[in-house]
Amino acid sequence: MIPGRFEYHQPETLPAAVALLSDLGEDARVIAGGHSLIPMMKLRLAMPEHLIDLRAIGTLRHITVADGQVRIGAMTTQAEIIDSGALQQSAPILRETSLQIADPQVRYAGTIGGNVANGDPGNDMPALMQCLDASFKLQGPSGEREVAAREFYEAAYFTARDDLEILTEILFPVSTAGYAYEKQKRKIGDYATAAAAVLLGKGADGNCNHAAIALTNLADTPIYCEEACAQLLQSGVNAASIQSAVQSAMGQIEPVDDNRGPAEFKKHAAAVILKRAIDIAWSRN
Amino acid sequence: MSAAEETIQERTAALKGLGTSRKRVEDARFTQGKGNYVDDIKMPDMLFGDFVRSPYAHARVKSIDSSAAMAVPGVIAVLTAQDLEPLSLHWMPTLAGDKQMVLADGKVLFQGQEVAFVVAEDRYIAADAVDLVQVEYEELPVLVDPFKAELPDAPVLREDIADATEGAHGPRRHPNHIFTWEQGDKSATEAVLAEAPVVAEEMVYYHRTHPCPMETCGAVASMDKVNGKLTLWGTFQAPHVVRTVASLLSGIAEHNIRVVSPDIGGGFGNKVGVYPGYVCAIVASIVTGQPVKWIEDRMENLSATAFARDYWMKGKIAATDDGKILGLWCHTTADHGAFDACADPTKYPAGFMNICTGSYDIPMAYLAVDGIYTNKAPGGVAYRCSFRVTEAAYFIERMIEVLAIKLNMDAAELRAKNFIRKDQFPYHSALGWEYDSGDYHTAWNKALEAVNYTGLRAEQAQQVEDFKAGKTRKLMGIGLCHFTEIVGAGPVKNCDILGMGMFDSCEIRIHPTGSAIARLGTISQGQGHATTFAQILASEIGISADDITVEEGDTDTAPYGLGTYGSRSTPVAGAATAMAGRKIRAKAQMIAAYLLEVHDNDIEWEVDRFVVKGAPERFKTMKEVAFASYTQVIPGVEPGLEAVSYYDPPNMTYPFGAYICVMDIDVDTGESDIRQFYALDDCGTRINPMIIEGQVHGGLTEALAIALGQEIAYDELGNVKTGSLMDFFIPTSWETPNYQTDFTETPSPHHPIGAKGVGESPNVGGVPAFSNAINDAFRAFGLTHTHMPHDHWRIWKTANDLGLHS
Repeated sequence: MIPGRFEYHQPETLPAAVALLSDLGEDARVIAGGHSLIPMMKLRLAMPEHLIDLRAIGTLRHITVADGQVRIGAMTTQAEIIDSGALQQSAPILRETSLQIADPQVRYAGTIGGNVANGDPGNDMPALMQCLDASFKLQGPSGEREVAAREFYEAAYFTARDDLEILTEILFPVSTAGYAYEKQKRKIGDYATAAAAVLLGKGADGNCNHAAIALTNLADTPIYCEEACAQLLQSGVNAASIQSAVQSAMGQIEPVDDNRGPAEFKKHAAAVILKRAIDIAWSRN
Repeated sequence: MSAAEETIQERTAALKGLGTSRKRVEDARFTQGKGNYVDDIKMPDMLFGDFVRSPYAHARVKSIDSSAAMAVPGVIAVLTAQDLEPLSLHWMPTLAGDKQMVLADGKVLFQGQEVAFVVAEDRYIAADAVDLVQVEYEELPVLVDPFKAELPDAPVLREDIADATEGAHGPRRHPNHIFTWEQGDKSATEAVLAEAPVVAEEMVYYHRTHPCPMETCGAVASMDKVNGKLTLWGTFQAPHVVRTVASLLSGIAEHNIRVVSPDIGGGFGNKVGVYPGYVCAIVASIVTGQPVKWIEDRMENLSATAFARDYWMKGKIAATDDGKILGLWCHTTADHGAFDACADPTKYPAGFMNICTGSYDIPMAYLAVDGIYTNKAPGGVAYRCSFRVTEAAYFIERMIEVLAIKLNMDAAELRAKNFIRKDQFPYHSALGWEYDSGDYHTAWNKALEAVNYTGLRAEQAQQVEDFKAGKTRKLMGIGLCHFTEIVGAGPVKNCDILGMGMFDSCEIRIHPTGSAIARLGTISQGQGHATTFAQILASEIGISADDITVEEGDTDTAPYGLGTYGSRSTPVAGAATAMAGRKIRAKAQMIAAYLLEVHDNDIEWEVDRFVVKGAPERFKTMKEVAFASYTQVIPGVEPGLEAVSYYDPPNMTYPFGAYICVMDIDVDTGESDIRQFYALDDCGTRINPMIIEGQVHGGLTEALAIALGQEIAYDELGNVKTGSLMDFFIPTSWETPNYQTDFTETPSPHHPIGAKGVGESPNVGGVPAFSNAINDAFRAFGLTHTHMPHDHWRIWKTANDLGLHS
């Protein structure tokens, strides 16, 4: 449990961090809260020669809600998200999800940027970001760009982020639709056996006017369930449409056997968890 | 107020003796981070050792090239078996009469086995160098299933003893067979089974798990080449035995070895054995002349130092049609891993597994245990239990449930019908034990009433109806357990470890001003000895517990003892403490009589003083006597006030308890929720009720972990699948339910203060209660038995196999 040797850098500005990353290239890794990277380093599964710590860059730590949009700096911790009254108003699903990530100690250090950028299928925020239709701001040597969360994840630990880019900010529209993040896990601190993020809006006519569904840890990337959403939008939210939405979502998942159980079990549990999340989200309208 | 005006009650309360919920004196330092653990020891020029470990479960070691590691600046040495062989230290004896490789000698037999020991200036350099040691392996076929160990084509694991037909515990019939241990009357039991109206059969598996103490194992060895003295600090549950073993192995005279167990962050059996890390640290210190520290990390702890359980228990239980048990038969296949390193008294290779008749009056019984080698880590320690008592309790408490199903009878009623009655104690069991005392029916009825058992069963029946009607997807389980433990090893006539009789000891010194120090042969790992042993003594000698220091763990100062495990500290060292206290009082009585100018027989003891019979205003307190013993000439009496007692218990003690767990189970996700847990413990005389409650909470939480998910699992290649706390289940406060504790008090008739020991009861009784609740939830749907650990997917699978998902 002793990591390999590395040099530690703590730049104080974003341009300095980007420049450092460009200079050091593939031998360097950016570190945010460290709760994914440090365990990997202790196991020597990751052996970066340089660590670029973003902690001293104050501009990466903020929560702003304005003009119907939420902007969260990548270095904002889960604890700060949980404590934010503004977020509770503009995206209550975020707080509900953060509260289910690990434990309080981890949440004081773990950041939202690290959670979404790493591409770990076990992380909870990626599916939530897809559900919220968030986009990620990336800063690299050749400038800044935005990538939609629904386009970001390619495979386990592989994302649209270039090695020389730093994920700096997360943006998504204010979301006051009915919400739920339901997660089955073995214990506090565990990754999901199955988890579902659901947003369902209810119009004045009682119909479903907004639907977003995404799943955590049931494939090597988060799963955005477009067809399931379409079914709920078309047919309204009722027992039959929920069942077909769940069925459609289950067609997209590819869970693997692990210590949480075999894929067969996870498929069953995922369907139960998703249905629960839909029921709760719809009831919160 | 003068001493004379205080009432007897006030004086008794001031002692903070037996029965007082005295706050733990240890906690001031533990809660402030001021404990002193092995890894806190830092010495000038101290080196750090780290292991190269085998990635394979079974492989031949073709070569070891340490040149690249040695080239790293700061690396002092890389030890291999070749280096240890001239010292005859490449293998070491185990506590179970086997031997174990200290470093891989030609082959490796489990994943994580120690292959080479890198010694470097700090632990970071050592870890880097470990990565650079090049070991060439040739993989061999792996044996992980103990039932395949004796097949004709099974790989031979222990080539060193492949041809030995005799082991430490009798004949061996196969190179992978360690021993067969038989108890009871085989043919008579089989005759009972053949003729009984009802026989229930089941295979009960108690899976492999691990004690996983918060602090891992470690040691610091320091060889002083000037005076020839070796000091060894370590996480030792039995420091005196470690000293003797270290002396025998190293050839260093025992008086030149000092072993110190400082604060220990939990042991639970994991720290009883002797590990390669200790031996390598000692050798490295002797070779370098510098102190050497070795501390294992969490993954090393889980995968290489002592596991627990891994017993496959095939049972048959015979009864009359109306539920009177006639006989019990058990055959256990015990998976010991690559070396037999169980920590059991020598004559008990399967520990006290023959307590498996439990709380029941079973007239005829037979037990056989076959020990088997596999490509897994060695161990088999008593994880928060007396030797194999958890396995025995789980077995009988599952068999009772299985029999209740077969008889279509209520399991609580079946238990009550077969309990050993109060008037049968001392009770001689069919498998050879003499139970000291018990009152099972009283405890059982109290428990059933406390939870409204009848009401719970009615509610459960309604829930089953609702489930069948599609109104709910949840089931309710009621887990019953009445356990009887056997602790306090033990009488020297039948209990020893490496030949050392399992007595224990206490040495008391009263200071002139009337405070005291007591030193014991045991060592606390969190049990609170400094608190409770002072209370025993306070009640014996009339000095407040606050004025008594309790010290353990330093072999240079403490009297010899066999250490702390198997709930033996209170039954054995606690008895020694009381006996030594009585010696102090006997001498004090002579001094008091002299001071009061009366005959010895004319005074009597009263709480904290000697009082002249019939003249209560004439007395001498223990404090006054202590002062006099140092300041006055007392004719015919030596100065000072000291005593020592080495206590050889006449029998074990037999704590018992009644536990009931009520659980709600989601059949679709396999999640379980503990609604209620009631735990009644009878540990005889209660020394400190608050500590007892804390022990019960802790033990129940470990039991919950084991029953609901904690395991050391291997894949087919012998890879450890649960080697970190991500997968090895340790409950947090979130997963821990509220516990409702209760008690009855049936003193042990042979213990000086009647105490029996409690620390392990909740683990012994908790596991069957949790497991029975899960099993019971599915009883209405035809389930007889499902194996632990009952994690989500296994519960889901049980429901799925019963057709509850269609």
